[in-house]
Amino acid sequence: MKRPSPDATAIPRTSVASASSSDSSPPTATGASILSSAEPARHLPSIQGSVVADRIYRTAILFFALCVPVLLLLIFVEVGVAGWPALRQFGFSFLTSSTWDPVKGEFGAAPAIFGTLLTSIIALVIATPLALGGAIFLSEFSPRWLRQPVSFLIDLLAAVPSVVFGLWGVFVLVPLLRTGLMPFLRDTLHLGATPFFSGPAYGPSVLAAGLILAIMVLPYIAAVSREVLMAVPRSQREAALALGATRWEAITGAVLPYARTGIFGGIILGLGRARGETMAVTMVIGNRHELAASLFAPGYTMASLIANEFAEATTDIHLSALMAVGFVLFLITLIVNGIARLLVRRVGEVRA
Amino acid sequence: MSAGAAGRDRAEIRPRASGLARRRGVSVVMVTLTCIAAAIAVVPLLVILGYLLKQGAGALSLDFFTSMPKPVGEEGGGMANAIVGTLMLLGIASMVGLPVGIGAGLYLAERRGTRLANLVRFLADVLNGLPSIVMGIFAWQFLVRPFGHFSALAGGAAIGAMMIPLVTRTTEEMVRTVPQSLREAALALGYPRWRTSLQIVLRTALGGIVTGVLVAVARVAGETAPLLFTAFGNSFWSTNLGQPIAALPLQIFTYAISPYDDWHELAWAGALVLIALVLVISLVARVVTRARHGGGHD
Repeated sequence: MKRPSPDATAIPRTSVASASSSDSSPPTATGASILSSAEPARHLPSIQGSVVADRIYRTAILFFALCVPVLLLLIFVEVGVAGWPALRQFGFSFLTSSTWDPVKGEFGAAPAIFGTLLTSIIALVIATPLALGGAIFLSEFSPRWLRQPVSFLIDLLAAVPSVVFGLWGVFVLVPLLRTGLMPFLRDTLHLGATPFFSGPAYGPSVLAAGLILAIMVLPYIAAVSREVLMAVPRSQREAALALGATRWEAITGAVLPYARTGIFGGIILGLGRARGETMAVTMVIGNRHELAASLFAPGYTMASLIANEFAEATTDIHLSALMAVGFVLFLITLIVNGIARLLVRRVGEVRA
Repeated sequence: MSAGAAGRDRAEIRPRASGLARRRGVSVVMVTLTCIAAAIAVVPLLVILGYLLKQGAGALSLDFFTSMPKPVGEEGGGMANAIVGTLMLLGIASMVGLPVGIGAGLYLAERRGTRLANLVRFLADVLNGLPSIVMGIFAWQFLVRPFGHFSALAGGAAIGAMMIPLVTRTTEEMVRTVPQSLREAALALGYPRWRTSLQIVLRTALGGIVTGVLVAVARVAGETAPLLFTAFGNSFWSTNLGQPIAALPLQIFTYAISPYDDWHELAWAGALVLIALVLVISLVARVVTRARHGGGHD
């Protein structure tokens, strides 16, 4: 830690006291002459000066702090205004209609909204148990030598850019699905009889997007859960074990309830990434406007719809429709964050 | 709940022995399951990194760093312009994101508990969770459409805005860890508040803030979606801030969805370089953190 060196400028506000000092730092002068002489006063800001400077400083950080709400407001207004023509023309059916026809100028975002929901659910259903299990292992059972490298790997996975996941998805995951997993699910396990795993196995599909999202959100949930679990006091576990609980019962009975809020926060964080993830999903989902029950069918998410069509949108209404999709995505973010905040606060209160 | 448990215990005194065996069994099974979960969680990462290393290292050469992209069909070619473009975009982003982020973080720490501080903190979280593509179309609408052309500035500003919430929250956390006594000591010596804040508190928290800044830079370095309609990409050499500029993530995306095999190889090489960049920044962040804490913490 650096110790700040109080230079001479700090002294003069209490300059009367400096008369008593005989050491070298202040100029050898009596208190009275310091006040009167112009020489040192040049370095020393007056009290009034520092009050003004304080005010400037406060205004400056207030200004920067206000940038955050202003930025959000700008996004809300700009994207909202740009999307308004489409929202006004199609009304509520923008959210429920599944027709997306740039040629006719008819737009309904239901398939994209459905796709966003479905891929997020697949991702969370796959990733949450694995991430939680992994976090419990790391915080409770893992030998010390294993904990650090595995934690590091998980942190690393969280830092991988999404376009790299997309690249891997296109060249590894999708071919693997086409030739291996999809035929296996459909034919070997006879899941093809259900509507969810039927149809031709192209590869690019809602399932591929869900899987890649699962891989992407897993490190987020795992990292947060691990941190939270590590923060649970030892005494919590020891008390449960002393009461005769098995190791697993100690975790479910004493550790997990304690860490509930934090784990929930991690899941929300994961959901946030799954909902807004663009590049990787665009690259593997197949990009088709279709409301299909089958996970093998190509689809769209809201984010991938925007990424894929924005540059090609030629008509004003098409552009406006894409902006409206972005606006809906923004609103969903706002609502989910608001709910999460309320829940976290409530859970926190109950525990406290 | 405790009353119910006690009642159950009294009722089940007899079968307790077998119950214990069952409970132990459940415990062993669940512990094993968490081991398996951890293994499964780590496997995809190893697979992805391994595959990336294999593919990327094969396609990587000195050419990649020094030469420009070549048209389809011509051998070789690199991403020199994209590497420079990414660095420039990160520079612009830092100029936008750091002052605002650090200033807002200072405000949150100094005005802790006020209504406005709570609101700003909540909105910073919202901004943090904002899908990057929404930031992209906003930047297009706000910074590209009025000017009529894509530009490096718009791209840099878009990813700079994404840095703000990260930097804000880290700065706040770090400034809050500075002991109150240090602040009081400075004030007692007659330091004005603004100097106490900037020269004492901020300087003490600097290590942590640098870490946070690096983490933020590493995160936005790989962002693609906000650049799609702002920086746009450029297959020629350009360092003009008012013009479209190339960026590594954009180039990887373009090459990955192209139908050409040698472009695919370049995409892998680009991905490896991008990951290396992100990794180096993260490692520096880790070292800074270590140095500050004076030793590892686990």
